[in-house]
Amino acid sequence: MHLISPSDWLVIAAGFAAVLWVNWYFFFAERSAATASSGLTGRQEVTIVVRGGYDPATIRVQAGRPVRLVFDRQETSGCSEEIVFPDFNIRRFLPANERTVIELTPANPGTYEFTCGMSMLHGRVVAE
Amino acid sequence: MTTQTRDAPAGADKIVIPVTGMTCAACEARVQRTLSKTPGVVDASVNLMMGNATVSFDPSATTPETLVERIRATGYGADVPVADRSAFEEQEARDRAQLDEFRELKTKAITSGIIGVIAMVASMPLMAAASHQAHGVVADPFMRWVMTSLTPMLRGALPWVYAIPTTVLSYSLLALTLGTMAWAGRHFYTRAWASFRHHAADMNTLIAVGTGAAFIYSSIATVAPGFFTSHGVEPDVYYEAVVIIIALILTGNAFEARAKRQTATALRALARLQPKTARVVRDESEVDVSIDQVRRGDVVVVRPGERIPVDGEVISGRSAVDESMLTGESMPVEKDVGKRVIGATINGTGAFRYRATTLGADSVLAQIVKLMRDAQGSRAPIQKLADRVSAIFVPVVISIAVATFVVWFVALHAGGTVAGAAVVRAFSAAVSVLIIACPCAMGLAVPTAVMVSSGKGAELGILIKGGAALQRAGDLTTVVLDKTGTVTEGKPMVTDVIQAAELSLSRDEMISLVASLERSSEHPLADAVVRHARDNGVVLTPPASFQSVTGQGATGVVAGRKVAVGNQALMADAAVSVSSLSSVAERLSAEGKTIMYVAVDDRLAGLVAVADPIKPTSRAAIARLHAMGLEVVMLTGDNQRTADAVAREAGVDRVIAGMLPEAKVSEVARLQQEGRVVAMVGDGINDGAAIARSDLGFAIATGTDVAVEAADVALMRGDLGGVVQAIQLSRRTMRTMKQNLFWAFVYNVVGIPVAAGALYPFFGILLSPILASAAMAFSSVSVVSNSLRLRRFKPA
Repeated sequence: MHLISPSDWLVIAAGFAAVLWVNWYFFFAERSAATASSGLTGRQEVTIVVRGGYDPATIRVQAGRPVRLVFDRQETSGCSEEIVFPDFNIRRFLPANERTVIELTPANPGTYEFTCGMSMLHGRVVAE
Repeated sequence: MTTQTRDAPAGADKIVIPVTGMTCAACEARVQRTLSKTPGVVDASVNLMMGNATVSFDPSATTPETLVERIRATGYGADVPVADRSAFEEQEARDRAQLDEFRELKTKAITSGIIGVIAMVASMPLMAAASHQAHGVVADPFMRWVMTSLTPMLRGALPWVYAIPTTVLSYSLLALTLGTMAWAGRHFYTRAWASFRHHAADMNTLIAVGTGAAFIYSSIATVAPGFFTSHGVEPDVYYEAVVIIIALILTGNAFEARAKRQTATALRALARLQPKTARVVRDESEVDVSIDQVRRGDVVVVRPGERIPVDGEVISGRSAVDESMLTGESMPVEKDVGKRVIGATINGTGAFRYRATTLGADSVLAQIVKLMRDAQGSRAPIQKLADRVSAIFVPVVISIAVATFVVWFVALHAGGTVAGAAVVRAFSAAVSVLIIACPCAMGLAVPTAVMVSSGKGAELGILIKGGAALQRAGDLTTVVLDKTGTVTEGKPMVTDVIQAAELSLSRDEMISLVASLERSSEHPLADAVVRHARDNGVVLTPPASFQSVTGQGATGVVAGRKVAVGNQALMADAAVSVSSLSSVAERLSAEGKTIMYVAVDDRLAGLVAVADPIKPTSRAAIARLHAMGLEVVMLTGDNQRTADAVAREAGVDRVIAGMLPEAKVSEVARLQQEGRVVAMVGDGINDGAAIARSDLGFAIATGTDVAVEAADVALMRGDLGGVVQAIQLSRRTMRTMKQNLFWAFVYNVVGIPVAAGALYPFFGILLSPILASAAMAFSSVSVVSNSLRLRRFKPA
């Protein structure tokens, strides 16, 4: 039985660092955010690129007013083929390489999550 | 909304752009001017009222985006019109995408499978040569076993393979594997990278990291074997493993894509029911027009055997119509003047004309499809846990893989194994962890069951509005039925005609007099008598005079005779004695029937008994609800005697009579307070509030309005059998969801530790990455297949 050698300690430290980094990167790192533009007409609109995720992933809007989200799906990956807004009972199919409009009105301030059909990709609408 | 129609000038595209912020004619003119001046615009017309601009443009000279920019530059709001897809179009788009996906995956899976076999064959001589020179052996333990077993066969069949120099073989394998990854497996890597940039991770991430690591490891072993040998370890390669893993996962994905397509068969079948053309009367001649050109009020002509194109009301002719595809009702439904017909149903042998009523998105078919789509979009509460796990799944699995590597390496190395060999073993376990983890099975467990089940429901004429409703239906303890229109037909009918001894009128004569008089009345009881007369071919004559006596009946003169029809009070007023029929009347009242006495020329002629008969299917359905362990309560606004009579006949165990609509709501609330989970079944007209209050509201669809707002379940068919079937289907679906979730969880909870080598210290079992990939590939297929079993649901 050998003792744990310095090279083992190195592997342990590297592994620990890798785990920390993975969790930081996927759970805590800052994501892209955008505020919905509202033109003269007062409609809030944002185009969200769907490609392996949602860009921007956080959309800030004003509560109580209709929001128009244009999902521009630029891929064919099955993972992103559906968009789900659980709070609004919306589950829509996003045709590949097309824009799909989702309109909703967050009545109250709060954070409304949206996800892909399998709840792997995440975004949120923050109503203020 | 957009329309890209073909009636624009040749070569031009036509588009309707929604414009917002226009308040006056000047605004309209300004937008119009701007658009007309835009190069490439053939014609532009702006409509203030509609808030849109219809533009014909040359697609080679300008684009919708430019047009929108121009409008926005004027200070008004405009959006590039994005097709507001109907449910049908969306389903078609989805179908196309899924079919393309399936075909592509199939081709790639088969091709990479063949390449995998070639890679295996090419690796076998390498393995044999490994003892002589260090140019890579097969690292995957399972593959090594398979290939060792096959070696004698290969030596016999293709001895020349062994004559190829090992360096050539190794580099060929490297190229072949790289090619397979770049072609068949390309999407794993591009999608994983795209997700990664968004701080997201999915199934692709796991596959990309797993196979990518194996490939990089193998390339180093091929290009710089010295690096490994100097550390005292054989430069093993995983090429054939990488190719076969890709092939297996693609195969699994292809099966999954096909199975997912099948979950929508019912919706697809419904969407396909929509006829494309209709034969309408225009300018007094019959013309075939496309379905979207049919206008409300058009007269539509239907010939025998044709599909009825749109919803409407029959104006002439008669036939029997097969409505089974929408209502689940297997018997053809008789249609004559005044009856409603539903678009997409199939006409029998008769011919008729009808007036189109509801069209497009308001049509029954479109409403059904929309309800189904909404249902499939809803989440069942049971999915919450799966969602929570899915959200953190991949990063956690990557962490476990890293930990697996560290633990294996340190354990082996500290245990005296050379560093290089420890790396190989640790590496293989870490890759297995990445490959076996399957987040998809969890993500598919509940939604596929909801998909299949709502489709099955629609086939049976049961529209369940979502996963939450499905779940609650499984927990019901009590079913509350509204009497009128739910348990009973909801339409009074003549049940008995009794002649008195005093007058020798024939049965038909009496009915003729009563019906002729009552034809002028609007009372529902009067309507029952008139229908009865008509059905029996009794000739009616217009009354010379008619007088309605509120709360009592009606009097008048028919064919020169003085006729009075009404209750005992009316007879008393006319000084007509009813004593000769009092015992009969007593018996009929006890059966819950309403008695109308008939006096002709101030003498008792007889009586007509009217009742709302229970539907022929009610008794059996209620018996089945009992058999399913549910308590059945009937509520009615009728008097106790009528209510008791119906309850006896229908076999209901509790009945509450004399209830106003508000009282129905509080009765439902009271049952809930007693801890019962209550379903309320009604027609949604005067019991809407009670339906909304209940845990699960059933509305029996009447007319063309399918989507009774307050209800959780809409029944297309008028009988209570639908309630039974809906509850059975929900219970069955819940069972499927639980099985799916159980297997998806257990699969990962067992699979990941086994792949990590948890069994190794006890049984020496270590999973090869190839077996891990096979398990992963088929785990999601098995979940979807289990959901598909719901398609075979048959109501008991």
